[in-house]
Formats: sequence, C-alpha cells, structure tokens
Amino acid sequence: MSEQFVSRKFQGRRASAETQHRLPPGQHAVTDFPVLSAGLTPQVTQNDWRLTIEGLVQEPITWRWEEFLQLPRQEFVVDIHCVTSWSKFDTRWRGVSIDTLLEQVTLDPRARYVTAYSYGGYTTNLPVAELINGQAFVACEYDGKPLPREHGGLARLVVPHLYFWKSAKWLRGLRFMESDQRGFWESLGYHNHGDPWKDERYSSDY
Amino acid sequence: MKQSIQWQIAEVKAIKQETLTVKTFTLTIPVWVQHRAGQHYDVRLTAPDGYQAQRSYSIASEPERTGEIDLTVERLDDGEVSPYLHDVLVPGDRIELRGPLGGYFVWDTTLGGPLLLIAGGSGIVPLMAMVRHRVAQRSDIPTRLLYSVRTPEDVIYAKELSGLSEQHTRLDVIYTFTRQAPPNWRGYARRIDEMMLREVLQSLESKPRIYICGPTALVEVAANTLAGIGIDAESIRTERFGPTGGR
Amino acid sequence: MSELDESMDMNTQMMLDGNALAGKLQTIFGVEMTATSSICAQCGGTSMMGELRAFTQSPGIVLRCPACESVMLRLVQTPQATLLDARGVMYLKIPAY
Repeated sequence: MSEQFVSRKFQGRRASAETQHRLPPGQHAVTDFPVLSAGLTPQVTQNDWRLTIEGLVQEPITWRWEEFLQLPRQEFVVDIHCVTSWSKFDTRWRGVSIDTLLEQVTLDPRARYVTAYSYGGYTTNLPVAELINGQAFVACEYDGKPLPREHGGLARLVVPHLYFWKSAKWLRGLRFMESDQRGFWESLGYHNHGDPWKDERYSSDY
Repeated sequence: MKQSIQWQIAEVKAIKQETLTVKTFTLTIPVWVQHRAGQHYDVRLTAPDGYQAQRSYSIASEPERTGEIDLTVERLDDGEVSPYLHDVLVPGDRIELRGPLGGYFVWDTTLGGPLLLIAGGSGIVPLMAMVRHRVAQRSDIPTRLLYSVRTPEDVIYAKELSGLSEQHTRLDVIYTFTRQAPPNWRGYARRIDEMMLREVLQSLESKPRIYICGPTALVEVAANTLAGIGIDAESIRTERFGPTGGR
Repeated sequence: MSELDESMDMNTQMMLDGNALAGKLQTIFGVEMTATSSICAQCGGTSMMGELRAFTQSPGIVLRCPACESVMLRLVQTPQATLLDARGVMYLKIPAY
C-alpha cells in the first residue's frame, strides 16, 4: 500500500505547554468560538419560546420566556470540548442549573434517561445521573451578553463534562424516559455516552 | 460520468499574485482529465503526525488547456489551507488533490445561452473558467457577467476581463462595488438587489442560463430575488462558498 | 419555507450546498452525484443534489431540502466507516451513463 504524501512544512495544530493538562486526548485549544450546526438557526421569538419538562414526571411543566427569566440564575465558568477536536477554556455563561429546574417537578423513579430536544429538530440523549447534581445548566447568556442565536440562543443546554454535541442548542425541552433513545448524532456513528476524557467519540456499535 | 477520482500529487508550476489576498496556482496534473468549466478540485494537506485538512477550490482555467490547471485561491486569515498555499508553496512544491469534481454547477458552449453569470468576490473563479472556455471555443453566445466586489483592488482578473469585454461585443462585464467605488464611477455601487437584477436581465434577448457563485449570503439574496421576480428556478444554478472572507 | 434572517448570522453564512460534497459523494456512490435528482421524503420536492443545503460545520454532514429544510441525508465519517442515513430521501434518480 502506498505511503501517505506529507505536505512540506504543514504543521496542523499544536497545543501550548501550559494548557496541555486541560486538554482531553485528541483536542486542541481555540480562542474563538466556532459555530457548528446541523441546520439553519431557528428564529423563535421570546413570545413563542417555551421550555418544557415532560415524560416520566408527575406533572409536566412549561416555562414561558418571562417565567424562565424569573428563575434563579448563576454564573458558570467551564471548559468545553467539541468532538470535532476543538476545546475552549474558561467559557463564561449565565443560566439556570438543571437542579433548579428539577425542583419544580417530581421525577418518576423509573426515569433513568433524558432526551433533550431543540427547536429545529435536533435531539441528544444522556442518563439522568449525568444531568443532575450541578453537571448541567440551561444557559441564556454567554460572556456577559445574551446568548447569540448562532450559539443556541435564546437558551441552550450546557453539559460541559461531555462532548459539546450533547449541549443542545435552541433547547425546547427535556423528556424523561425509562429507556435510552439515541439522539441525532448518537444514532449515526457517535458514541452514546461521549466522555472527552475517555476519547468516546465514535460508537463501537457500528 | 463513471470516473474514479483518486488522490494524486500535482506539482506547482507557477504562482501568480492576482490581488493582495488572491493568488493563482498553476498545477501540472499527472493524471489530467479534461474538466468542465465550473468544476473544482479538492486539495488536501497532511502534517507529519497524520493530521489532515481539506478544502475545495474551483478551477479557473479553461478545459481547452491540457495537462495543467489553474486554481485561484483567496487567502483567508482564519483558514487552514489557504494560508499554507499562500505562505508556504513555491514553484516545484507538490500538493495532493483529486478531481475534477462536480456535474451540477457546470457550463459548456453546447448548453447554449444567453449566459448570465453572477459573481461575488472569489465566486468569480468558476465563472471565469466559463468565460475562458467560451473564448477558447470562439463562441459568441451572449454573456453578461455581474461581478460584485468590495473595492476595485479586489477585482480578480481585472485586466483580462476588460480586455475580453473590449474584444468581444457580446460579452459584457458589469461591476458593482459594495464598499468603495473607483473615482468618477458611474456604475453600480451597492449590494446586489432587485432593481439591479432587473436592469441586468433587461437587455438579454431571451431566457438566460444563470450561474451564481460567491459567499452564501450573496448567493441566497441573488437567487431568492430572481425567483421573486419570476425567473424560472430551473434556469438558475448556484454554488455557495460559505462566509465572505474578511468580515 | 422559512425566511432567511436579514442579518444572516454566521450559521447561515457558513451554509454550503451539495457542490461542496461532490468529492465525498462520488467516492461513496462511484459516480458524479451533484447533478443527480433527489426527491424529498418530507415534501416530495425535487432538487439536484448540488442544490441541497449543506451543513458541514458539524460532527457530521447534513444535507437539507432547499424547499422545506428537512433533513434528506446525513453523513458521518468514523475511523472505521462512512455512515450514510438517507431516510429523508424518497429516492435518487441516477442517470444511466
């Protein structure tokens, strides 16, 4: 088999020494904030926006935008890791912790998995255990300003400890379920769990 | 066409600076296959650690020129491949590519005209291949090129275009400058809009074949506007280049 | 069909079309595909594959119907394989060459 041609003096990307330890395997650090999407930016108005928690809960709940803004918000500073190999350190968000949202519902004990679904049709899935206890939040501000639409505004899910495809943009709701249901990328080759520190990019099921 | 496209190693024969940020690379292709105007090649770079970056670049040269191709490339500051091509490549260097690719955004004289070509920025490249092909075929199919650029310094192939439109009566080039027009300019100095498109279409005798290429935003506006004024969608072909360089 | 936002955000600006996938599609199908007609399973509209709206800044590639925006094709490149989901396509009309 012929050897791959290597381009003279092409280096690709390299990580700086100081931040090496913060980079999961196969990642490189960026300072900009790449925009990735599977479709056009949904143009949901504040009037039409709803966030719903439903499925295996005692009673589903829906917040309108003004109601959502009344919920206690916190600042979150986190590193984020995209499966396309870029990582961004110390991203600054303001939003509502999932734990705060879940105070308003009673989860059925059978609820072990969550599907997060978005305006525009995107979905992603994760175990309830990875969503709670401070591991995830719904962000409406980024870097001190309202979350730009191209980055998921009005509000998006942020789950920093997993690959960023799990941090669904344009969040519309969370559905609690008994069994796991693979989301948009998980159903086409991507790892069901997606832990960047274990390099869980692709599924071995395919 | 049934055709296997394999990666092959081309050699840089010559490099020409077209504008401050645009260069044309003449490449000798070992397994040269005659392309059609509008097609492109994929270019791939590989680092010693195996990391790869790949981009598509439209062929600027006419199919009639055998054994070699011209790729005209705009240098994007935040690009991965274009800075390498601009800053590192010298004649004699080798580069990996595959092609020619594309069967939708193509034109040749057998398809007839009239031809309306709408270019934004580096979107001129595949349309220039069409113009050069028309000239090489000594065709006099009525051809109108509407070329939108920011400033006069951004016009790629400026000399060649003015020479061609002088020589050929049925080939017009219409510029519109969106940021700064030349001194004493009496032509268009704004983004493409409905009035401009209506005027440009006006003196074309019959229903033209229309090709639009450039930044996505420009292509969307031009194509949607043409559809809005009743132009048959089947007569329009589009190629989107993504965000405009230099935001 | 949704109207494009006038300010055309970065996400929209980065949208390409099927032309950008010419190489990849030809590698998968063995023939040039951008001039092939595809029928949307959602709205029944016909487009040439070169016209499909392509979202490439993504974990995978998504090709959408220009008329109704629904997903027609999804492509993911894993180290082992290329995964192609074509459920959004009613059929492709590939010319006999």
